This record gives sequence, C-alpha cells and structure tokens, in this order.
Amino acid sequence: MAKGAIVIDIERCKGCGVCIPACPNKVIALAKKVNNKGYNYLEVQNDNCIGCANCAVVCPDGCITVYRAK
Amino acid sequence: MNREDIIKPENLVYRRTPVLTDNVMHYCPGCGHGTAHRLVAEVIEEMGIQEKTIGIAPVGCSVLAYNYFEVDMQEAAHGRAPALATAVKRLKPDFFVFSYQGDGDLAAIGTGETIHACNRGENITMIFINNGIYGMTGGQMAPTTLEDMKTSTSPYGRDTSIMGNPLKITELLAQLPGTCYVTRQAVYTPALVRKCKRAIRQAFENQKENKGVSFVEIVSNCNSGWKMTPTAANQWLEENMLPFYPLGDLKVSK
Repeated sequence: MAKGAIVIDIERCKGCGVCIPACPNKVIALAKKVNNKGYNYLEVQNDNCIGCANCAVVCPDGCITVYRAK
Repeated sequence: MNREDIIKPENLVYRRTPVLTDNVMHYCPGCGHGTAHRLVAEVIEEMGIQEKTIGIAPVGCSVLAYNYFEVDMQEAAHGRAPALATAVKRLKPDFFVFSYQGDGDLAAIGTGETIHACNRGENITMIFINNGIYGMTGGQMAPTTLEDMKTSTSPYGRDTSIMGNPLKITELLAQLPGTCYVTRQAVYTPALVRKCKRAIRQAFENQKENKGVSFVEIVSNCNSGWKMTPTAANQWLEENMLPFYPLGDLKVSK
C-alpha cells in the first residue's frame, strides 16, 4: 500500500469536518486547540495515510496538500 | 517511510490550484460554494484557459466570487448574470465565459434572464448552486425550498397550498432547444466531487464547439441556513434534497 502524507493549512481551516468521513483510514480529526480565528482545526492523528486525496478533494477551502510516495 | 521522506515536490498529488487567489473565502465552514469554486478553478487550470476566461459573479452568498478566482470577473446586477454573460460572450466570442449563481439569483429574481439566455442558446457555461434557501439574507424561503422545509419565512415548513411548489428549474431548462448540456451534480463526497468536476469540464469544453448553453446545477448545503453542523447538513442533503433533485445528466446533445 502506498504511503501518503498531508499538509494542512491550519490558519485556512474552518474546522467544518467534512473531510473526516471522507478519509478511508481515519487519519484525520479536529484538534482540541483552535487557530487564530477560533476554529478547531484539522490535524493528523496517525500515520495510516495512503495519499488518496479524498480529504483534499472535499475540502471547501482547499486547505490540504497531499503527497504520495512512489 | 518517514513523513519528511514523503513530503517532497516529486510526490505531490494534490494542491490548491493557483487559479484560486490566496484570499480566505468568507463562506461558512463546510459550505459547498468553496468546493464548487475550486472545481471551476481546477477545470480552468487543466484546460489552460486562465487568460481566456471571464467569469460573471452573482448577488447572494457568492457575490464576492471575484475575490477568489484568478481570472477576469464581472459583477452582475441581481439575477442578471446570464444577460451579462451573453454580452461578454458576444463581444469576445473566443473567450470562455461562465456565470456562477445561487438559487435566489438564478431561480428567483433572475428567472427571466436565465430562461431567455438558455432559450437563445448563448454559448456560455452556467454554474448553478442550489441549496434550497436564501443563505446570505438570513435563511428565507427560496423558490427551490422543499415542501415542508423550515426556513425563517416558513417557520412551520413550506405549505405548498399557500407558498407554491418548489421549482425544478433545471428540468425546465433541459426542455429548451438552446441548451446543449444540462446536468445535476453534488459535491459532498469525494466521488461526487470528482464526477462534478468532469461535468464542469464538459460544460467548458462545449464552448469550443459553439453548442449552446451548458448548465451545471450543483445541489449544495447551507448548514447555517438549515441550522445544522456541516456533516449533518450533508446527511440531510442526501436524505431530503436528492430524492426531489435527483443527480445525473438531464440532457446531453451529441
């Protein structure tokens, strides 16, 4: 299985959580901390990411950059 | 493999398209407008038509759309985006022209302009975001509001005996000879987003062949207006909006 990684633009994230059910491996969750706008931003909670880009594809604010090792 | 080994330019599979500006969108968290904006921008990037695209911004939640697209934009009077798109396309027929409207703009105040632009068969792409409510003004009932749906002006639910029936404007437009491609899409799951992007791509490609109006309806959420969390609103959309507004192509001209 390919190994992936995501980079989240924390200050752009509004914490809507639409990406969370889109992730097949439960990699992402909302943080307990908030960003400068007061939103519980998205964070990576384990290293099971496969780089499928589902989270980035549904993100309304385009906060997620996805990498996948070849 | 370490995270640092994966995060390298050669491994990039998805990034925010440069056809969107760096401005943070003003939309509520989880609003489908952001996703729809991104899809339009990605299609423009993929087709390499950034310098040859002119967008028409509406009035409504997406009134500030011109702040988010890195293409030339014109702001239309309320509901008049198809009329302005007609003018722009006729003056610059080599350019790709798209209008971007919500249901209040396209299906209420702008119904006349919408129907006549579609009937004339202007060679434009129309993007229509349908969330069944007036979002910007505070969640009032729209023509597209579902039967029994509660809004701030129908607090006991839409009673069709006095408030009229929800308007399926996309079905209406599919009957007009001027439209070449009429489709209804949604953007709340990854698969639907990818499908919607293909539909928007097709809608832009049609302009190369002078086929007429390409119309893409996107059934979207309004979690603030519906008074739900973003994920609950997406669930509600699937259970209530989609049975009345079924997804799929309504018209595809050869």
